[in-house]
Amino acid sequence: MAATPKEPVQFSGAGPLNTPISGVLTWVDQRFPLMSLWRDHLSEYYAPKNFNFWYFFGGLAMLVLAIQIVTGIFLVMHYKPSAAEAFASVEYIMRDVPAGWFIRYMHSTGASAFFIVVYLHMFRGLMYGSYRQPRELIWIFGMLIYLCLMAEAFFGYLLPWGQMSFWGAQVIINLFDALPLIGPDLSTWIRGDFVISDATLNRFFAFHVIALPLVLLGLVAAHIMALHEVGSNNPDGVEIKKHKDAQGRPLDGIPFHPYYTVKDIVGVVVFLFLFFLVVFFMPEMGGYFLEFNNFIPADSLKTPPHIAPVWYFTPYYSILRAITEDFMLVLAIGVAAYAVLIRLTVRDRRIGTAAMAVALVVIVLMKGGPLAIEAKVWGVAMMGAATLIFFLLPWLDRSPVKSIRYKGWLFKTALTIFVIVFLVLGYYGTQTVTPAGTIISQIGTLIYFAFFLLMPWYSVLDKTRPEPDRVTM
Amino acid sequence: MSERDTDQGKRQFLVAATTVAGGVAAGAAAVPFVASMLPSERAKAAGAPVEVDLSTLAPGERVTVEWQGKPVWIVRRTREMLDTIRGNDGNVADPQSKKKMQPAYATNEMRAIKDEFLVVVGICTHLGCSPVGKFAKQAEAFDPSWQGGFYCPCHGSLFDLAGRVYKNKPAPDNLVVPPHKYLSDMRILIGEDTKGA
Repeated sequence: MAATPKEPVQFSGAGPLNTPISGVLTWVDQRFPLMSLWRDHLSEYYAPKNFNFWYFFGGLAMLVLAIQIVTGIFLVMHYKPSAAEAFASVEYIMRDVPAGWFIRYMHSTGASAFFIVVYLHMFRGLMYGSYRQPRELIWIFGMLIYLCLMAEAFFGYLLPWGQMSFWGAQVIINLFDALPLIGPDLSTWIRGDFVISDATLNRFFAFHVIALPLVLLGLVAAHIMALHEVGSNNPDGVEIKKHKDAQGRPLDGIPFHPYYTVKDIVGVVVFLFLFFLVVFFMPEMGGYFLEFNNFIPADSLKTPPHIAPVWYFTPYYSILRAITEDFMLVLAIGVAAYAVLIRLTVRDRRIGTAAMAVALVVIVLMKGGPLAIEAKVWGVAMMGAATLIFFLLPWLDRSPVKSIRYKGWLFKTALTIFVIVFLVLGYYGTQTVTPAGTIISQIGTLIYFAFFLLMPWYSVLDKTRPEPDRVTM
Repeated sequence: MSERDTDQGKRQFLVAATTVAGGVAAGAAAVPFVASMLPSERAKAAGAPVEVDLSTLAPGERVTVEWQGKPVWIVRRTREMLDTIRGNDGNVADPQSKKKMQPAYATNEMRAIKDEFLVVVGICTHLGCSPVGKFAKQAEAFDPSWQGGFYCPCHGSLFDLAGRVYKNKPAPDNLVVPPHKYLSDMRILIGEDTKGA
């Protein structure tokens, strides 16, 4: 949107200053686009009038980011990033620093709250098609934020230097070890040592407190700038910019401020009520927010009897564990079936042929005897693919409508099953390995990928209803 | 200078040359930062060989020693344990340890210089957890006909008492046998073998 043209700057000083405040504002505005920023992003940013419950979570994610930054700054004042002192300095914060326990519990609860809020925010996007054209870049920036957040959480989790910190980092860094050729050197480079050590802790501290927060803030700015460029989606998935009044304001839009700022304050109050309930009464959340084994100092010679990542990583962890040697055959059959599906249904024969060729290479790498890559590497690849596949969503969904309100039972069923599978995979990721759990995780992995990879087909086959012309309440 | 007088070819060349030179400089500037994350000289110097006295280790028991920051297990195997290993060839993926670069003295069924003593790095070859010793022959949640060995709590890989990985588990390889040699009948040096590491 074009910035409002400004009056030519008059530096005569003779202009009438009506009140001190407007005088100051005028003075600032002649030197910095304060008022136009305010108008463009708040008082004259027109958001659809039919936002519902699901539209709280973007704002709440910003609130949690602020909580994490502020509490983080104060934790750094007392924390010691050294293998010899880290664990004790966290206990020092908990016991001796005035209100230290409170600040730390806000930070540790904030980490889980961040993922709860972000997962709900992403689910909103899935329901209402917020990733669809013209909002593909908003979705991509959002996914980059999500990846950045996962890295931030991972680096932060090493800092208390407990048993789960140590062994969690050991497992994740060893994922890179699985990469062909460069793997071992790469993981040594990441660790800065041949094992997880003081050097690793120190650099993770640097990433956690400065590098990733800077990237995160930049991405959040890009996410919001892209959103305000094209305008918000809404539960009906129709564009409010199609119908404008004489002044060019969307008929179904209302100014973000004061309407949604006031609405969001209600959401913030309810959120903080729940947030502090956890902070004060159940900061460990039964071992899900703070794992019990992490109250034992890191011991490089002994893995705890049961290790699991924190809950927000467990769906992906389940996928990693599901890829065993005998499951490779199922995966290879799945790849072949997918290539045949493309070949039979895509009109452009060249695409079908290319898909068959790619599938052949993948199948050889999966099951081709001496050429096969071991299942461990595939586990890592599938886990990575499970997070990255979200990026493709804007191009996989080919439904004529955006919102779930007008989609048919096929999409609704697919989304419901996907959410259930995500939760089931998450649950099994917290459990020790059992044969039944492995089979359930393997089925879950297939469904997880089918949700995305079959979307170009079922989103077209789906019987949709016509979208309304204007938003409904 | 008006647009008409501009030598477009020269301008394009200069822009390209400046971009390339600037890009090379920026790339070169990254080298010290990337290099600074490699293991330091101090980290490289750590990890001298470790000497262990085996005479205090009772049959059927295990001792864990630290070498290069990693746990190294020494298990004094009983006759019964060795028989179990012999009967277990069908369950494991690589019974003779043919795969991968292991010391020559580990390329056998028992994966040891002396059958009595198993010496392995106690790090799962999957993603680096340290497996747990489950030496008793009894039904376990992960295997109802468990013969005794090691269980990795992270991703469920199983190893027998020779450190051989069970078939169809996430771990691709047998546990690593570190370079080691016997200084005398009951003293070993971990981190160095007869060829001189």
